[in-house]
Amino acid sequence: MKPIRNDFLAGARATLPILLGVAPFAMITGVSAVAVGLSPFDSFGMSVIVFAGASQLAVLQLMKTGSPWIIMVLTAWIINLRFIMYSAVLAPFMQKLKTQEKSLMAYMLSDQAFGISMSYFATHEDVDKRWFYFGTALTVWLTWQVSAIAGSLLGTLIPAAWGFDFAFPLSFMALMFAALSDRPTVAAAVAGGLTAVMGKGLPYNIGLVLAALVGISSGLLAENMQQAARPSRAQ
Amino acid sequence: MSSAGVWWLFLLIGFGTFLQRLSFIFLIGKVSMPEWLRRGLRFVPASVLAALVFPALTHPAGTLDLSFGNFRLLAGLVGAVVAWRTRNVLLTLAAGMLALWALQALF
Repeated sequence: MKPIRNDFLAGARATLPILLGVAPFAMITGVSAVAVGLSPFDSFGMSVIVFAGASQLAVLQLMKTGSPWIIMVLTAWIINLRFIMYSAVLAPFMQKLKTQEKSLMAYMLSDQAFGISMSYFATHEDVDKRWFYFGTALTVWLTWQVSAIAGSLLGTLIPAAWGFDFAFPLSFMALMFAALSDRPTVAAAVAGGLTAVMGKGLPYNIGLVLAALVGISSGLLAENMQQAARPSRAQ
Repeated sequence: MSSAGVWWLFLLIGFGTFLQRLSFIFLIGKVSMPEWLRRGLRFVPASVLAALVFPALTHPAGTLDLSFGNFRLLAGLVGAVVAWRTRNVLLTLAAGMLALWALQALF
């Protein structure tokens, strides 16, 4: 029993430095929920039910511009597609868990819990991966909820002139650069970003959905070109 | 949107997101991930995050503004350099916000 508890605590401990980024990000979602006219209770419901900051911010922005609900739902789901990838990577460690336990682990899945677990597992083979992951996921989840509530309660006190809403694109930017690991991912980002700029005026904010599709296609195309170029160079 | 309406919206988004999170954790051993899906998903974070960031800088007030008067674009570029060099969320936030406040105070 003891080593399992240690692995859970090791996960929680490894998460502590990351919380400096999680807490402000969660507070921003609370602040912006109140800014678009939701009550702190609605904001709390959103952060518990959805628990995916980037999609929450995108939905709040769409709410502000009065987009139809279907666009909000599709946008959120597209932003959250990355969880399918995380789920596939984590799945082998969760295989022996009961369905309810798997559901709990899945519900708490976040970018941070995934990132921290993966980097730790790369250098620590002997850890109980499920407990380590649970330690980090629960720490992120608790910090997220408390900070989001704080943000929704304090939100009305922060003057709009300070421009704190600019913190979203900035935090997305840091996450975006972290996702740029090779040329095809850079191609995906540039193509997706430019499509979003050109499609900004399109109705229903459909530009975002279009940009995601163009970005993914460009990444795949760049990867194919890279692979086609390699054998010819070898000859 | 009514208060009941937003809760339905959250439930719909949340349920779909939960299914995405659960997908392979639940399905492992039953099906394997198709190759095209695995390859395509790799590009989701870069594409989507860029699609959120670029227009926020180029359209600060809803219309395209590529002038030097667009402080968010300039501050965003400062943030981009810091994000690129450090890959650190907190430093990027600090640099971008300070740049924005400095521009607003000076001009």
